[in-house]
Order: sequence, then structure tokens, then C-alpha cells
Amino acid sequence: MIDIRSTATRLAEALAAGETTSVEITRAHLDRIAAVDGDVHAFLVVDEEGVLGQAEAADARRADGQSLSPLDGVPIAVKDVLTTRGLPTTCGSRILEGWVPPYDATVVTRLREAGLPILGKTNMDEFAMGSSTEHSAYGPTRNPWDLGRIPGGSGGGSAAAVAAFEAPLAIGTDTGGSIRQPGAVTGTVGVKPTYGGVSRYGLVSLANSLDQAGPVTRTVLDAALLHEVIGGHDPRDSTSIDEPLPDLVGAARRGAEGDLTGVRIGVVKELGGEGYQTGVLARFQESVDLMVAAGAELVEVSCPHFVHALATYYLILPAEASSNLARFDAMRYGLRKYPHGVEAPSAEEVMRATREAGFGDEVKRRIILGTYALSSGYYDAYYGQAQKVRTLVARDFEQAFAHADVLLSPTAPTTAFELGEKLDDPLAMYLNDLATIPANLSGVPGISVPSGLADEDGLPAGVQILAPAMADDRVYLVGAALEAALLAEWGGPILDQAPALDQGVPA
Amino acid sequence: MPESSSSTGPLISRDEVAHLATLARIDLTDAELDHLAPQLSVILESVASITDVADDDIPPTSHALPLTNVFRADVVTPGLTAEEALSGAPEQEDQRFKVPRILGDDQ
Repeated sequence: MIDIRSTATRLAEALAAGETTSVEITRAHLDRIAAVDGDVHAFLVVDEEGVLGQAEAADARRADGQSLSPLDGVPIAVKDVLTTRGLPTTCGSRILEGWVPPYDATVVTRLREAGLPILGKTNMDEFAMGSSTEHSAYGPTRNPWDLGRIPGGSGGGSAAAVAAFEAPLAIGTDTGGSIRQPGAVTGTVGVKPTYGGVSRYGLVSLANSLDQAGPVTRTVLDAALLHEVIGGHDPRDSTSIDEPLPDLVGAARRGAEGDLTGVRIGVVKELGGEGYQTGVLARFQESVDLMVAAGAELVEVSCPHFVHALATYYLILPAEASSNLARFDAMRYGLRKYPHGVEAPSAEEVMRATREAGFGDEVKRRIILGTYALSSGYYDAYYGQAQKVRTLVARDFEQAFAHADVLLSPTAPTTAFELGEKLDDPLAMYLNDLATIPANLSGVPGISVPSGLADEDGLPAGVQILAPAMADDRVYLVGAALEAALLAEWGGPILDQAPALDQGVPA
Repeated sequence: MPESSSSTGPLISRDEVAHLATLARIDLTDAELDHLAPQLSVILESVASITDVADDDIPPTSHALPLTNVFRADVVTPGLTAEEALSGAPEQEDQRFKVPRILGDDQ
């Protein structure tokens, strides 16, 4: 019998050793989904028939000695913002309800080419706008640690699926923290690669200069394995970096040996203190201490413009989003709604009625905000200024990386909050991404690694590790070293401390 | 986000929000306008804090990493068939997207 709590690395080893089959692993995860997803709601669609067929094909390849990759046969869940041929893709929005794309995103193509069966599509804030997955048009995902709390967002579905053992691996996307913040609040690992490191072809754009797909996993090594599958140059994405990926799996394995001698770790002064929960800061300090004990050299760095990153982001993102979401015009795909009581309505009237019915509150807020920031008379004061501050944030990173090999902060200022708590308070919701946004503005890679449970509420917190652009290997090296040190402290994975979701059913 | 000074009135009025919604091709109900306009004012007030941060000589950044235009070889590669391209269309006719009228009788 296989254990669904196994890491993807362990599942791959078991497949290679002939101890199990992809069909057995996939069925076990489908059973788990059937048992717990009614409560968690991590999935928008589960492709039972498709995924079992893909698992059978993986087993047949393995029997012939023709496996496609180390992860061939290890199933995965994909965030519903990436197009999947033949499988509905909604982006968590009514405007795309029932849309079945005629093409695969490059990330999905690479998963298929590496033999990973696709379990289904995971829930998300509508068009990835949010930090709680409550802005999904199809209802929120719940945090497996406490079903009354949010799983983070926008990729709460992917993080919850992995945290609840419904999938060993998942794909997320991170525009301002949507991989890392859900990782922090669900006790899982999430990586935002360097901008351009993973293709955006087939990733439905929110803010195209910020969006980046990446791994959502339970361990750092699993993330490195998955990153190597999905990453690398894609001629179909003009912003794709035309260089080979660094050796990510090698870095994760070296890091797991636990030696950080000679690594300079920089704690960002501006990302901590006021506004951060006590227990989150306590776990962060412990992580820093463990890294120092492992040989790292601690330096304090200051990034003075990071205090403006959130405001910068909430001008750049809505501006890009208002432009990107103009494609949902009721003409070529998606919802078409005719205005009530209008005879022979014009295309524009149909467009307005469709977007009224198809978009949720947060999407409307951001489109209108972006329209404002880009309108004549305000462009220079808002969007133009934001682009300049973006330069200043990038310069802060340059300065900081002159003194430190990696930068550290808590991933999110708080642990998971209660469903509904910030739903109608946009500013309070935006503050969740305070620490993750600077990396998106500057394109640098970052990982969130679980740092432990906050004393005051017993909920998971995360440490964020950032590296210079193209040095994604560093986040794996340092992340794996921290993970190893924490595992030794805890005596087992942090998810062992999460409540069982299917009481009465043996684990 | 730094605190910004308290403003005397909303940065963006209900009428302005209605106008922006028209520009963005979104119908908003009266209830939505009542709800969204004050929220947008609060957000705008907060993001307005960056207007004085950067000096005039700071260059803008549009993309995180420097970009150059990308070309590909001028060779035919497989694309979507007409059926695939039309597969999500709300309405279609004769292998074309069928859309509502673009112009009125007097245009």
C-alpha cells in the first residue's frame, strides 16, 4: 500500500523500484479527494477518467523501460489559471464558466511530456486577484489546518490540495505572492521562480509583467524536481529567459546536508516588526538562528523603498489587469449576456452586460482602479510614478544582494485568518502580500518554507528566502538547509501536526 | 503602505466611478456604485502615497528584467483549426464568430 503522505520524491522512488504503480498512487489520491474535498474544496474539477488513463500510460511506459522523467507517473494538480486542452479552465470566474481550451499552456505541455498525470484544476481567487481564495466565483477553499480559515490566495486551492494530501504536487502562479503566501498559511512549500524562468504561454494573464508559475509542494526537493520539469526557455513566451536553468535539484540535495558555511543571509529590516504577528516573528527568528547555527553569516540589510512596494504594486497590477482583462469581451469565448430589455443591443451593450454579470467585485474594483490609473491626466501621477518606484525597489535589491547571498523575511505577516474576516475590506486583504510583492516587482526568485506554528493560534507560518534573478538554485540550497534543520527540531514534517480531515478513516 | 493624510472628500466620486466603469465596459448597478465608490477612494488614497517618492531623474521600469524583441524563423507551424478556434464562441455562423451589431442605424 502506498502512503499518500509520501513526498513526490518518495513516490518516484517507489515507482522506480516497482513497489507501486502510477494507477495505485493516482487512485489513492482520487480516494482522498473524494473523502476530504467536500470540506476543503481545493478542486474546481477532478478529471478522474483522464488522470487514470494517463496513469495507465505511465505504468505501460515504465514496464517498457521508457519512463519520460523521474516524476513520470506522479500525479499533480494544476491551478485553474493555466489552460488545459479538453479540461475546463475558468480562472475562478463566471465569465469563463464551462470554457474548455483548445490548447495546453506550455507548463501543462511539459507536465504531460514528463508523464505527470493531471488530477484536476484547483480553486483560486477570480483571475488570481486576492489573498484568500474567497474571491473565487465557485466558493472558497478552506484551510486544512482549520476549515473555518482561509488557505491563502490566490492559489489557495493548490496549497490546500497539497496540504490535505489530495495531491503530492501542484502548480501555482505568483503575481504578488499567490504561491508563497498560501504556502506559508498551509504549512507547505511554494516557489516563485525568476520572472521568465517558467513560460507564461497559456497562463491567463493577470499582470503580465509580474505573473510567474511555479511549484507547490510539501518539501523543497519536490519543488526543485517539479521546477526542473516546468522551467526553461519557451519560444512561445517572448519574456522567457533563453538560458539553461541552474541545477536546482542538486542545490536542494546539497542544502539538505545542512551546511550553510559561507552563505551570507540578509534579514530585510523593512519586512518585519509592526504589523507582523508575534508568533510569526518568533518562528522567523528561530529559523534565522538555526541558519546561523548551520554556519550562515547574518547581515542586516535595509531596503528603504520596500515600504512603497505595496502601493506601487496596486497601481501597476490594476493597470495591467484592466488591459489584459479587456479580452473578455463576450465575442470569441466565454460568457455572453444580453442586456435586459434592450432590443437589438449593440456589441458594446452586450460587452457591458456580460462583464457586469461575469466579473466579481474584486475584479471590478481592480479594473476600474486600473482604468483610472491609466487615464489621461492621471497616468504620470500614478502609473508613471509607480514605474519609477519599481526602479527604486529593484535598486534596493541590487544594493542588498551586494551584501547578502539571499534575503530573508517572514512570508506573510500573519497566520491564516478566518473566512469572511477581510472579504469586504480590500486594503486589509492587500496587506497580506506586504513581504512577497517586492520580489514580483523586481523579478527575483523566492521560496516559502514552513517555519513552524505560531504559539498564539497553533497555525503555520512561513519563512521567505529571496535570491538574485536567475539564481533560483540559491533559494533551493538555503531552503533545503532550513527545512532539514527544522525537521530535526520537530522530529517530522509540520503537516504531521495538522488535524486529520477524515476522522474515523484510517490514515 | 504608509499612512496618507486624511483627505477632505473622496478622491473619486460616484459619478467618476460610473464614468470609469463605462470606459472599462462594465455595467454597474446603483448598489454596486454605492458599494465600490467609497472602497476605491480608500484604495486610491492609500496608493497616492507614492506620488512624491521618485525624483524626476529616476527611469521607469516596465519589466523586471531587460527585454529585447524576440523574432522567430518565418516558417509555418501548426495552429488551431477553425473548429478549435471557434469551439468556445458564444455564437458562430459559417466558420466565423457571430457578434451583435457594431453600429446603430444612424451610424
